[in-house]
Amino acid sequence: MSRIEGVLNNLKGQGRKALIPYITAGDPHPDQTVELMHTLVASGADIIELGVPFSDPMADGPVIQLACERALAHGTSLRQVIGMVKQFREKDNGTPVVLMGYLNPMEAMGYEAFADAAVEAGIDGILTVDMPPEEAGDVAPLFAARDLDPIFLLAPTTTDERIRAISKHSSGYVYYVSFKGVTGAARINVDEVADKVRHIHELTSLPVGVGFGIRDAETAAAVGRVSDGVIVGSVLVDTIAKNQADPEQLKQALEGLLQPMRSALDDLAS
Amino acid sequence: MSTKLTKELLSTLPDARGHFGAYGGRFVSETLMDSLMILEREYLQLRQDPDFQAKFDKDLAEYVGRPSPLYFAERLTRETGGAQIWLKREDLNHTGAHKVNNTIGQALLASFLGKKRVIAETGAGQHGVATATVCARLGLECHVFMGAEDVQRQSLNVYRMKLLGAEVHAVESGTRTLKDAMNEAMRDWVTHVDDTFYIIGTVAGPHPYPMLVRDFQAVIGREAREQSLKQAGKLPDALVACVGGGSNAIGLFYPFLTDEEVAMYGVEAGGYGIETGQHAAPLCAGRPGVLHGNRTYLMEDDNGQISATHSVSAGLDYPGVGPEHSWLKDIGRANYVSVTDDEALDGFRQLTRVEGIMPALESSHAIAYGTKLAATMDKDQMVIINVSGRGDKDIHTIAKLDGIEV
Repeated sequence: MSRIEGVLNNLKGQGRKALIPYITAGDPHPDQTVELMHTLVASGADIIELGVPFSDPMADGPVIQLACERALAHGTSLRQVIGMVKQFREKDNGTPVVLMGYLNPMEAMGYEAFADAAVEAGIDGILTVDMPPEEAGDVAPLFAARDLDPIFLLAPTTTDERIRAISKHSSGYVYYVSFKGVTGAARINVDEVADKVRHIHELTSLPVGVGFGIRDAETAAAVGRVSDGVIVGSVLVDTIAKNQADPEQLKQALEGLLQPMRSALDDLAS
Repeated sequence: MSTKLTKELLSTLPDARGHFGAYGGRFVSETLMDSLMILEREYLQLRQDPDFQAKFDKDLAEYVGRPSPLYFAERLTRETGGAQIWLKREDLNHTGAHKVNNTIGQALLASFLGKKRVIAETGAGQHGVATATVCARLGLECHVFMGAEDVQRQSLNVYRMKLLGAEVHAVESGTRTLKDAMNEAMRDWVTHVDDTFYIIGTVAGPHPYPMLVRDFQAVIGREAREQSLKQAGKLPDALVACVGGGSNAIGLFYPFLTDEEVAMYGVEAGGYGIETGQHAAPLCAGRPGVLHGNRTYLMEDDNGQISATHSVSAGLDYPGVGPEHSWLKDIGRANYVSVTDDEALDGFRQLTRVEGIMPALESSHAIAYGTKLAATMDKDQMVIINVSGRGDKDIHTIAKLDGIEV
């Protein structure tokens, strides 16, 4: 059983929902990322999605675009991001880490070299925004051979036929993009999300994490009520941007955002 | 390593998933997949539909003014002292460039699909103008995304788009040029995917765009082939076209691909020189990667981050290239070369001076290489250079380089 599956099974057994924060590696500075990851866990994270910065993040809104630019200004490379996870693992062997990013940095590194390094560092899953399963033919067997969970996106526009096909290619969880748009936009419609996630649950037995548009305890709880986990990204990245000058203040601000979400999600269980 | 191309082989490309050999494909986020699949399905049907084709041909004839002439450049030939130089005059199209062939086709597709809102990216502004033009004609809402740097260096085209009723969005992210405009257009599309048609301006992007843009632009090569046989009594020995994304080049090349005796040269932007790293020549100096929905040759660093590019010509200032060109390069069917900014400017001046034709700075790259090539060939040989657009939009850039305020 993969670390992701273990954590999600465990939560399910307790009737709890996963809190899955996203930050961009190397933002605001590569030296701070590992510490920030520990802060996320201390604030209630069950799984971490760690963004690999890319020069052309087409699916992201301005908040994560700027995070990529800050990280790249410090030369953050995919190899360095893998190194950060390795360092994170020195103190935390339990929290699954999913790398989230675009295909080209992996292609440039070489898929086999990437898969080897990822598994060696203790990375658990890979979410490649611009690689639908149709284009994953070369990559998927390399991930499967190393027990790296391939995590794919589902969207409001995804047909039933594709939901079934994509779920077959996925393990760990599937990531449901809550609205048509880029990350960080405030367009989430909880009723629509609930309908679609209920429907996805009918088509796959995999856990469903929901991301895009979750910004506070209230939206986290509303989405947590209908899904297996909530993914929180832009609001954290925005907080990092606003507090980048002061690491201690940044830590407190992240805790201040995540802890209420954690509590709100856990209140759903009781 | 040249592969013999047959009509049968070409009819299988791209394959069902949009691949040209190792290149092309559909590398986009899931939200866009359904729209791309619908677009592919509808287009494959309309491609066989005589009504659709008749509408397209009628528009090209009566609105664009096709066929564009194939013109024997007698003085340029004499001054060059080699093969006969013939010019395919895409600069004479309505709106002044080849771009309109494609926007006419895609706007027709948009109407057939019932989409009322159109978006486009643009570099030099030619595609933006061509898109704004067809939207004005069809009464479609039009949004054009343009890098903030390009908005500055192509202010005339920005104003033309506004006059045509389009909203121009200056893109401030990244390198503030064409690639960032394309990122922003993709972001808009993902946000308005239900009611919006994305008119991509070149033979790049996710499948089916490289295929359908090629099909719409192939009118250039079909005409040139017919005109060559009729006016010169033979096929040309070589074709020359500039390559940014590569739509005018693929349009010219495609109908000649099975004519083995016709050599092809795609001319990339060498900027300050390939050796300086400041250029926009992925086929000459890049390597395969994935950007903007397709796998193709790219300019990138060792970590897979896309590099900033440089060209005097905004329309060539792009780090990628259409996937079919990547394939044609690998199989050796077409040659990809580059000329520098300075050589292109010389090409601009020469064509203006000896033929009274002011080419766009993009097309000036093809002029510069085409004359170099012709000089090495025999007098009884023949080269066709694609004048993909006219140079009016570049007058400010040229004047500035000459130290003149206009």
